[in-house]
Amino acid sequence: MSLLDYFKTNKRTSAAIAKERLQILVAHERSSRNQPSYLPQLKKELLEVIQRYFQVSEETISVSLEQDDERETLELNITLPDEEHLKNFNSTTTKGK
Amino acid sequence: MARIIVVTSGKGGVGKTTTSAAIAMGLAKRGHKTAVIDFDVGLRNLDLIMGCERRVVYDLVNVINHEATLNQALIRDKRCGDLYILPASQTRDKDALTLEGVGQVLEELAKDFSYIICDSPAGIERGAHLAMYFADDAFIVTNPEVSSVRDSDRMLGILASKSRRAEFSEEPIKEFLLLSRYSHERVKLGEMLSVDDVQEILALNLLGVIPESKSVLNASNSGTPVILDEQSDAGQAYSDIVARYLGEEVPHRFIEKEKKGLFGLLFRGK
Repeated sequence: MSLLDYFKTNKRTSAAIAKERLQILVAHERSSRNQPSYLPQLKKELLEVIQRYFQVSEETISVSLEQDDERETLELNITLPDEEHLKNFNSTTTKGK
Repeated sequence: MARIIVVTSGKGGVGKTTTSAAIAMGLAKRGHKTAVIDFDVGLRNLDLIMGCERRVVYDLVNVINHEATLNQALIRDKRCGDLYILPASQTRDKDALTLEGVGQVLEELAKDFSYIICDSPAGIERGAHLAMYFADDAFIVTNPEVSSVRDSDRMLGILASKSRRAEFSEEPIKEFLLLSRYSHERVKLGEMLSVDDVQEILALNLLGVIPESKSVLNASNSGTPVILDEQSDAGQAYSDIVARYLGEEVPHRFIEKEKKGLFGLLFRGK
């Protein structure tokens, strides 16, 4: 029986796959569930402002709110377009985050 | 003061009505005056599972609209005098249920009953929302299967944010897990999520595991809550669940293959 178990463990079971998929999915859904309702609007308005200076698309900006016992952290992440695009856009701003 | 229990899941077909019927009967058989309400307006089925479909005259919507009194609509169970059923309406009007109306019905029931079981419809629409809104306890019925677990987690989020207790910042609804249609054989083969797998994701108070069982279909065929089939594994699982809910220490069963003695092997049940 133990020998049989040994061979079985070489192949990942469908239940193990199910569990892993669920863990990732549920964690993701929980984090978006706890978001305040103003986050999407905030993101949209920020994008509008940034788009005045850079040619960026919606995917390049991420806004998230982390919460622990003591403080809330609003994290804003903008990926600016690469140098060539920047030249085309005629901007002197240094690339960075 | 009555305790209001919602039986919910998000996903359909996981065993909410079977569970509602069994739990209500189990509580009533122990002498607690219990009412069980079908919130699935337009698709009522609790009456059928309880075997009182031919005795339905008035329903929940009639009571809310003051077309009948609560006493006229409540159906007293023929097997257990402490159990009453309040059927759902078959109207197609989705807005038939109102928050105020449901609140009034529950308030009136609470004067007279110890336990009120709200059998939620599937989904997260009005009926499901109203079924859980006033609840003190929630029984989350989940199958060991990806879509059911995901929907249960979604339901937990709704219970934590959209219930009366949440809105009034009261003590949150107590959530319990009932894992149904469980097959320890398939878990052992790695074909089904185990209790531990589901608990790692949902992390709820496990009230019991209900094994996949032929007795459930047999019970619904005849309109008998499965808990009355005392020989059946599912019936016994629900009896355990009622006992645990009432605070008794009952060891969990049906999670692993039971080690049967020689006697058990010779006279296998069912």
